[in-house]
Amino acid sequence: MNTKTKDNTGAKFGMWLFLYSEIMLFTGLFILYAAYFREYLPDFVNAGKELDLRYGAVNTLILLTSSFTVAAAITAIRKKQAQGSLIFLCISIACGIIFLINKYFEWGHKFSHDIFPNSATLNAGPRGENIFFGLYYVITGLHGVHIIAGLSLLITAAWFVKKGKIVASDFVFLENSGLYWHLVDLIWIFIFPLFYLVI
Amino acid sequence: MNAHDGHILSYGKLLAVLGVLFVLTVITILVSTVDLGAANIWAALLIASVKATFVLLFFMHLKYERSKAFAITFVVTVFCVALLIGFLFWDVSYRV
Repeated sequence: MNTKTKDNTGAKFGMWLFLYSEIMLFTGLFILYAAYFREYLPDFVNAGKELDLRYGAVNTLILLTSSFTVAAAITAIRKKQAQGSLIFLCISIACGIIFLINKYFEWGHKFSHDIFPNSATLNAGPRGENIFFGLYYVITGLHGVHIIAGLSLLITAAWFVKKGKIVASDFVFLENSGLYWHLVDLIWIFIFPLFYLVI
Repeated sequence: MNAHDGHILSYGKLLAVLGVLFVLTVITILVSTVDLGAANIWAALLIASVKATFVLLFFMHLKYERSKAFAITFVVTVFCVALLIGFLFWDVSYRV
């Protein structure tokens, strides 16, 4: 691959600009959360009790670990340790999948309690609780979509590392995929306290 | 132009950052079990911001970028977010 024609700073800067737009996307939802939190505080407190802190805490630790392994994969490739990089990436991918499996069980648990958008229980219950779970499903759902997108990038990066297309002299694809994955982690860092801790 | 000839983060340093993030996660959970009233929210958001800063500076390499464009645009983004949130609550607080 010809690295001379590549502008790595430009590629990375483009990725950062995209990440800023992602930050704005989630900021909008967080503002919505905050505004309704003010308006329906007692309902939010009641609804928040339905959420299991253990799921949130375990998923936080899983995502933080995966962020570390992605950063370590970049360190490895720069030290010309392609094999190590591949292993770190596989651990990250595994962490992302475990995160989604946890989410599946967490959502499944809610569904079995008839808590999902437009469910009879929520529609008949207090308005604030309905809004809380609406936000819960939209925000964690959108975040879940980001996890899937991030996983696709990481799997592609791992494939490129294996094929020798990502090497010590040219790894901007891995770096940008890593940036995206860290952003997904960053967003979760704020979702976790908002839904599982403050109420 | 090659942005890659700069600093390589060591495994040790990355692991230390992960350790800090784990400790902060435990702290934020412990703090949430103590009833501090409205301060619980601010404590949770403050700790989340500290965690986010560690991820940005080290995992996302922001501390070691040579081009100032990364730092400047990031600060501008945070400023815009703060402005958006600030004005929104200013509006909501004074509505009759």
